[in-house]
Amino acid sequence: MYKAAVIGDSASVSGFAALGLSVFRETDADKIKKLISKLAAGNFAVIYITEPAAELVKDTINKYRNSPLPSIVLIPAIEGNTGYGIKALHEAVEKAVGSDILN
Amino acid sequence: MSRLNVNPTRMELSKLKKKLESARRGHKLLKDKRDELMRQFMNLIKENRQLRSEVEAAIIDANRYMAVAGSVMQKEALETALMLPKQEVELEVGEKNVMSVNIPVFDPKYRSSDANDIYSYGMAFTSIDLDGAVNALNGIFPKMIRLAEVEKACQLMADEIEKTRRRVNALEHIMIPDYEETIKYITMKLSENERNTTTSLMKVKDMVLKQSHNYG
Repeated sequence: MYKAAVIGDSASVSGFAALGLSVFRETDADKIKKLISKLAAGNFAVIYITEPAAELVKDTINKYRNSPLPSIVLIPAIEGNTGYGIKALHEAVEKAVGSDILN
Repeated sequence: MSRLNVNPTRMELSKLKKKLESARRGHKLLKDKRDELMRQFMNLIKENRQLRSEVEAAIIDANRYMAVAGSVMQKEALETALMLPKQEVELEVGEKNVMSVNIPVFDPKYRSSDANDIYSYGMAFTSIDLDGAVNALNGIFPKMIRLAEVEKACQLMADEIEKTRRRVNALEHIMIPDYEETIKYITMKLSENERNTTTSLMKVKDMVLKQSHNYG
């Protein structure tokens, strides 16, 4: 059985604990990098990460882009939506189609 | 475009013709694959955008509740309330094969039989806004799982589409024209040789006739 994790600052991710997700309150880039590698090697199939946290560890997230697991999903943090999450979708479209046709 | 470096023989010619045939067939198949992948990819993109806007709206909503709860309650009390969750989610991961791309499928399993059994704290010492936050997150959770699936599917398919597109282009613009040009070259070379043989035969015949019969 696989599990789901949430990574981000404490205020943004605490609520997910009630749903039974594994919550990791981290805001330090190096620690998040290590954490993601650890979770991906462990039995975590889905990792939700807040947008500000994801921006710190772009490379690590891109590394898992083409492997079937884990699926890393960006969610808005408590400060609001930065639009960084939807950018990944635009990148995928650009890669597949050759140009960004969503706009 | 460049001619392949082969000897202009009949053997090579028939080999190349066979290769051209299979290159054309492969090109057609890959083109169909690319088109179908693209169609499915577009559907996924549409779903992804829809899901993402819903999930983001719900999480922002929950965060708003959370911010209020955080200001009404003490930080420690808030942490304590959420410290020991009642509910636990595990995911069963399956696989779906879409045009030879293996896409993960997540099926959430809840520890407690009631999926809505989410409040890990008593009502007495917590703010109602915390209930609102937890409730909003719980409501959107199935969609978050689906979003994780769709997001991964989009990434994997984008990769596969790119690969397929490269293959189609390589076949269409390099391999097939190269084969065609080489086949043309060999055909021409062979007929040139044939003409060459005919003329030299005629010449020899003339010479022989002249020698033996003193013909013109």
